[in-house]
Amino acid sequence: MMKQFEVVEAPIDINRYHEYTIDEKQGAVCMFTGHVREWTKGTRTVHLEYEAYKPMAEKKLAQIGEEISERWPGVRTTIAHRVGKLEISDIAVVIVTSAPHRKDSYRANEYAIERIKEIVPIWKKEVWEDGEEWMGDQRQYHPSLEEK
Amino acid sequence: MKVMLFAGLKEKTGESRITLNTPGAMTAGELKQAIYAQFPSLEGDVFQVACNESFVKDDQVVNEDDEVALIPPVSGG
Repeated sequence: MMKQFEVVEAPIDINRYHEYTIDEKQGAVCMFTGHVREWTKGTRTVHLEYEAYKPMAEKKLAQIGEEISERWPGVRTTIAHRVGKLEISDIAVVIVTSAPHRKDSYRANEYAIERIKEIVPIWKKEVWEDGEEWMGDQRQYHPSLEEK
Repeated sequence: MKVMLFAGLKEKTGESRITLNTPGAMTAGELKQAIYAQFPSLEGDVFQVACNESFVKDDQVVNEDDEVALIPPVSGG
């Protein structure tokens, strides 16, 4: 059984999240999937490892859903983020936003991924052929961001 | 006080949970200073403090029995 906002270990089945956002009011569904990229600025990634502070991460994903509901009433959101070892092209995150009309679903979807990079306690380790490193600060968390 | 560590902080100390010697309740700012003093391998590392699964600011008080975690800059997505 899926949850509306969750951190999972198993490969993500995007259809379950897509279906979750559909009801008779919604005329537009926007789905974003983030994948493991092999090449980043000339460096070859062998695989990625994601780690989460799971209960807090799920709370923060739900908070993003609430923020979206305040900004774009009528939008339904579901988000899943995978943790553990991920191979090239695996899905790391899926965000689905549905709305009566398409503009809100697009805007809400982009908002969600930006907020994930700010407030959700999930970390990525890049593993290369000759080393590895925990990534940080794609958009570093700052307390002022919390009160958006 | 028990403190949870993740990602690079966990790797540096080799521990997912550390015990901090504290006089009891303290502010998050004081907690950060205690971490740096008692775990020199973390000196220079940047992190936020989470208390009971919420971010807290430096002037907020953290209690002995709270669930405390150090949150380095996140990189999900």
